[in-house]
Amino acid sequence: MTVAALAPRRWKKPPFIRRAWLRWTLGLGAAAYLALALGTTEVNWTRVWQGIPRGAQFVSAFFPPNFVGRWSEIVDGIAESLWMTVVATVVGIALSIPVAIGAARNIAPAPVYYLCRAILAVSRSFQEVILAIFFVKLFGFGPFAGFVTLSVCTIGFYGKLLAENIEDMAPAQAEAVRATGASWLQWLNYGVQPQVMPRMIGLGLYRFDINFRESAVVGIVGGGGIGATLNTAFERYEFDSAAAILLVIIGIVMLVEYSSGFLRRRVQ
Amino acid sequence: MAVAINNGTKVWRRRERGAQLAVWAAWLAGTAVFVYCWQLISEATIWAFVTDAPAQAADLAARMVPPDWSFIGALWRPLWDTMNIATLGTLLAIVIAVPVAYGAARNTTPSVALVRPVALFLIVSSRSINSLIWALMLVTIVGPGVLAGILAIALRSIGFCAKLLYEAIEEIDEGQVEAVRATGASRAQLTAYGIVPQVMPAFAGITVFRWDINIRESTVLGLVGGGGIGLPLNAAITTLAWTKVSLILLLIIATVVVSEWVSAKVRHAII
Repeated sequence: MTVAALAPRRWKKPPFIRRAWLRWTLGLGAAAYLALALGTTEVNWTRVWQGIPRGAQFVSAFFPPNFVGRWSEIVDGIAESLWMTVVATVVGIALSIPVAIGAARNIAPAPVYYLCRAILAVSRSFQEVILAIFFVKLFGFGPFAGFVTLSVCTIGFYGKLLAENIEDMAPAQAEAVRATGASWLQWLNYGVQPQVMPRMIGLGLYRFDINFRESAVVGIVGGGGIGATLNTAFERYEFDSAAAILLVIIGIVMLVEYSSGFLRRRVQ
Repeated sequence: MAVAINNGTKVWRRRERGAQLAVWAAWLAGTAVFVYCWQLISEATIWAFVTDAPAQAADLAARMVPPDWSFIGALWRPLWDTMNIATLGTLLAIVIAVPVAYGAARNTTPSVALVRPVALFLIVSSRSINSLIWALMLVTIVGPGVLAGILAIALRSIGFCAKLLYEAIEEIDEGQVEAVRATGASRAQLTAYGIVPQVMPAFAGITVFRWDINIRESTVLGLVGGGGIGLPLNAAITTLAWTKVSLILLLIIATVVVSEWVSAKVRHAII
């Protein structure tokens, strides 16, 4: 090959999807879907137009937010959210540990494995809010319903990740403990648990963080906590108080996230 | 190795004495906090309702079967809306999240002192507020409907996508960027040929992952007026039409399972 033969060829960036037919099908499909979706989305533009001054009013409520007017309600709501989060995280983790052990393929026999995986799948497939609606119906308004909701959601999340972690553990260590003649419980306690403990603590802190965030939402449907306070503030059009509540939530979430991130780095 | 002397014989212990005491103290403190919190919740609870709950649950379950299948014709449109809310919301979020992530990543940000903190604040505030709360706000601003839902999903997803994306950008191989820079590429060319190809798989994975989460979240936005399948769900619950509620719940589970399957397949193909 001479230089002249190479000259007219230009380098082209390789496409992200190599197969041409797949690229074109996906592209055309996406375009068709977008056209259809945008075409069928009904938007009441006059209402949106009317809402803009209200939006401006809402944004201006953030400067300055009214922390003083509803301060005692905000403190009560936040405190209730925090209790709910603590109790739900502890109970949820306590319940999810046996499920996780059952859902680890290398530990549990097949029938237990499928049963526990089914429990995890069911508890993961429902949104917190939908569960909260039902638990509020069953247990009445207040933090108990919120606590049950968050616990159930914790089982699905924590159990699944812990089970995967147990499946990934080093079999040699567990085998060594079994070789000493340990009973099944001793084997779990000395062979398995030390291997997954750092991850358990990390996941627990992460879940605490998530539960606090979710506790703001379950309150909207009657589950107690700061969400109830926030919803009331919105329904009374007290945007300045609502802004204060949102800022408090953001502040606490940031605080919890940073401290849990710090603790996780120290543990892992 | 930690040992205890017991009647003159050495016995193996898992931890040294100090470490063991620290572990016990931590357990004690944790238990005390838990019991205190539990007591506060228990005070705010009407226990008669709680003890009555199993009977109530059985009653509710009995009212929910069989699902009212004739109602399904009225649900396709809200389901379509739900999917549009999730998809269009994710797209909108991605469009905004890319520049935010670019500004937040330490190796691409135009200014570490100025742009990066702003981008990080945007990410945190978007992430700490649930899409339902965003919807609550947006419904009062733009009115109830699909648009409020799309915007709520988008606002919530910006932080999530931008956070994962900027972490991906920070983890790229600098050698490749260096090689492109050595050819005399401009800053824009550097981004297009040095950075984008490296983060593209992560980017696609994040998008599909968030889309899957958004399908889940958009099913409930209707409860506060954000459009989608949550609207008939809310209507059915308030009118105590439990056979309709169970049908809607079944439809939601089916949608979630399908979207999870699609997202797992796509992510598997990319990564």
